Amino acid sequence: MTVSIERPPVKAATDSELSSTYTLTAEQLDAFGDEMDAIRQRVIADLGDEDAAYIRKVVKYQRGFEVAGRVMFYLPPLWPAAVASLSVSKILDNMEIGHNVMHGQYDWMGDPALNSRMFDWDTMAPAENWKYGHNYMHHTYTNIVGKDRDIGYGILRMDEDQKWRPYYLGNPVYAFLLMVFFEWGVALHDLEADEILAGRRHLWKGENAPIFRRLRKKMGKQILKDYVLFPLLTGPFFLSTLAGNAVANLIRNIWTFNIIFCGHFPAGVATFSIEETENESRGQWYYRQLLGSANITGGKLMHVMSGNLSHQIEHHLFPDIPARRYPEISVEVQEICERYGLQYNKGSLPVQLWSVARKIFRLALPTKAEAATEPQTRSASSAPVRAA
Amino acid sequence: MALVNTLLRSRAVAALTSPHGVDRYLELVNPMWAAHDVRGRLIDRTLEVDVPGAPPVATLTIQPTGNWAGHQAGQHVQLGVEIAGTRTTRVFSVSSAASGRGDQFTITLRANPDGIVSSYLAEEAPLGTILHLSQAQGEFTLPEQMPEHVLMISGGSGITPLMSMLRTLQRRTHRGRVTFLHYAQSPEHQIFRDELAQVATSGYGIDLHLVYPETGGRFFTPMELERLVPGFRDVDTFAVGPAGLIEKVQAAYEGSDKLRVEYFKAPAVSNGSTEGDITFTRTGTSAANSGTTLLEQAEAAGLTPAFGCRMGICFSCTATKKEGTVRNVLTGETSSLPDEDIRICVSTPEGDCAVEL
Repeated sequence: MTVSIERPPVKAATDSELSSTYTLTAEQLDAFGDEMDAIRQRVIADLGDEDAAYIRKVVKYQRGFEVAGRVMFYLPPLWPAAVASLSVSKILDNMEIGHNVMHGQYDWMGDPALNSRMFDWDTMAPAENWKYGHNYMHHTYTNIVGKDRDIGYGILRMDEDQKWRPYYLGNPVYAFLLMVFFEWGVALHDLEADEILAGRRHLWKGENAPIFRRLRKKMGKQILKDYVLFPLLTGPFFLSTLAGNAVANLIRNIWTFNIIFCGHFPAGVATFSIEETENESRGQWYYRQLLGSANITGGKLMHVMSGNLSHQIEHHLFPDIPARRYPEISVEVQEICERYGLQYNKGSLPVQLWSVARKIFRLALPTKAEAATEPQTRSASSAPVRAA
Repeated sequence: MALVNTLLRSRAVAALTSPHGVDRYLELVNPMWAAHDVRGRLIDRTLEVDVPGAPPVATLTIQPTGNWAGHQAGQHVQLGVEIAGTRTTRVFSVSSAASGRGDQFTITLRANPDGIVSSYLAEEAPLGTILHLSQAQGEFTLPEQMPEHVLMISGGSGITPLMSMLRTLQRRTHRGRVTFLHYAQSPEHQIFRDELAQVATSGYGIDLHLVYPETGGRFFTPMELERLVPGFRDVDTFAVGPAGLIEKVQAAYEGSDKLRVEYFKAPAVSNGSTEGDITFTRTGTSAANSGTTLLEQAEAAGLTPAFGCRMGICFSCTATKKEGTVRNVLTGETSSLPDEDIRICVSTPEGDCAVEL
């Protein structure tokens, strides 16, 4: 399976060649792409002191919460506060700092501590492995069924176009387990477990050798730190610290799982086929990113704690622009969507979560041949959803 | 103090602060606390040359962190400073006499009108600014066993590493002979003017020749050097200066192994065209610039660089551009400074270009 996205960006195909997924004409797609490029250039030209100060401030808070959390384990009555503090630290580290820094959003700062090639995060998955699967595979082939390994992560059925098998009856159970063990799931995802089970890959040999080696090393460090050294340092409170660290990791797992599942799986989010995205133009690429993502509405705290993945749409349109810029960009993107009559999928956290949960349960069962009774949940590859 | 340092650099602390490392915590408390990184605080600045219409030359005094290992005369240091949120790193020669662990040192630099870093450091950086340093680097140093006679030749701001050598020799009360030949535009443009005047009157064994071609001094020629230092090809010589001077000096020495030279890379100027050669420095391959992206050109040249999305979003292909100008095809931005990280899948070279691939 080789799908290459050509560059320099090719022009959109002629209207007759465009798949029915696209509700815009080829000319409109080009114009839409140009408008997105214009936003990108303007924001990039404007990056400076404030963006640098912002990420440094977040780092300072994260390290503060981390140190406070570790220290409070010495005072047993403060155990809940210690766990909360450490959870916040891990969430900030993974989301607003780690995910975004490793996207290269702050590479322009020239600071090795915030550079996508140097940074590693406080979770099991080694940066090097994750960047390949995420920045390259997921962000390039977003929501292309058969290409984007983040559709169901190789274990869940999250799209009608994934053929149903009896295995998928366990969809809700697998999703629950993935939530609880999310950091392990993310780490193992890079080994391509489905390929291993299918017998096409060896767990630790061949293609997987360097990935497995990095994974073993990083997991060792994370386990040593959270489950051996810090508990030992608190002496008589060994067990309570150990449990606290485990709970903090669990809270982080649940939160990040939920945020991430709201990014591409709520109802109405479009998926695409390999055929219709071949020789995709830049406009089409933006179009796919826009319709393949969903936002979560909420306040400032919600945005920071989700690493601004609450602006998943803007993140997918501009993955290398500092996330703190997404709220301002979203105003413009929504205006553009309105002009082109494109859907802009957003909803509050409970609304999006409910929508995702329903999908997890619904897709556990075989899809009816005629899914026309529920138009808002159809994938765009069968019929595009047009905004009013 | 030594105990604290040993502890901070220990494997136990590394394990506890994984994956970020102990310095990422220390710096938040005090930027001058560091176990591994070397940093410095700008504590003084004096103008060496302040002629209207000419770029100023300034000497900066830097207090490094305790893990600065010191420097040998003639070495340089990488210095990074943050301007408008972006840290930019340049190489500067140390101008003060050889230093020990944690000792203050100075760099002397000319404000390059085209360069943001040198003008910022020479004119604007407030005292107290934190600078990101490397350890001192470079093989252009005085030999362990000092020869009887040393010849130093410099032009313009190339005097700085030689000044470090001269100062070190004076402090060591070197007993041999030093011939110091320096070219500057005019007496007003002379860096270290007062100190050199003092050396001229009281420096024991130092033969000082300051030449100002603008006010009638004679340019460098082998004949002129032969007049000053008969048999110069057999004298241990250190030369630093602009490319024009260095080329003449190298020609004059006819391949003699007594000559040692040092010069730094200057930012390339874009010629706006695609004509030129692309050099892939790691593999030593080079090819004519075809105008396509560097990734495509590298592949056409038979290289297999890492890549991902091929559209500038995933950063898998990031490589260091050593020299030349490249244009980002997505934003139209150009990068002309040496040693900048670029995404080769969306960068087209303009003119000559060297990339670490």
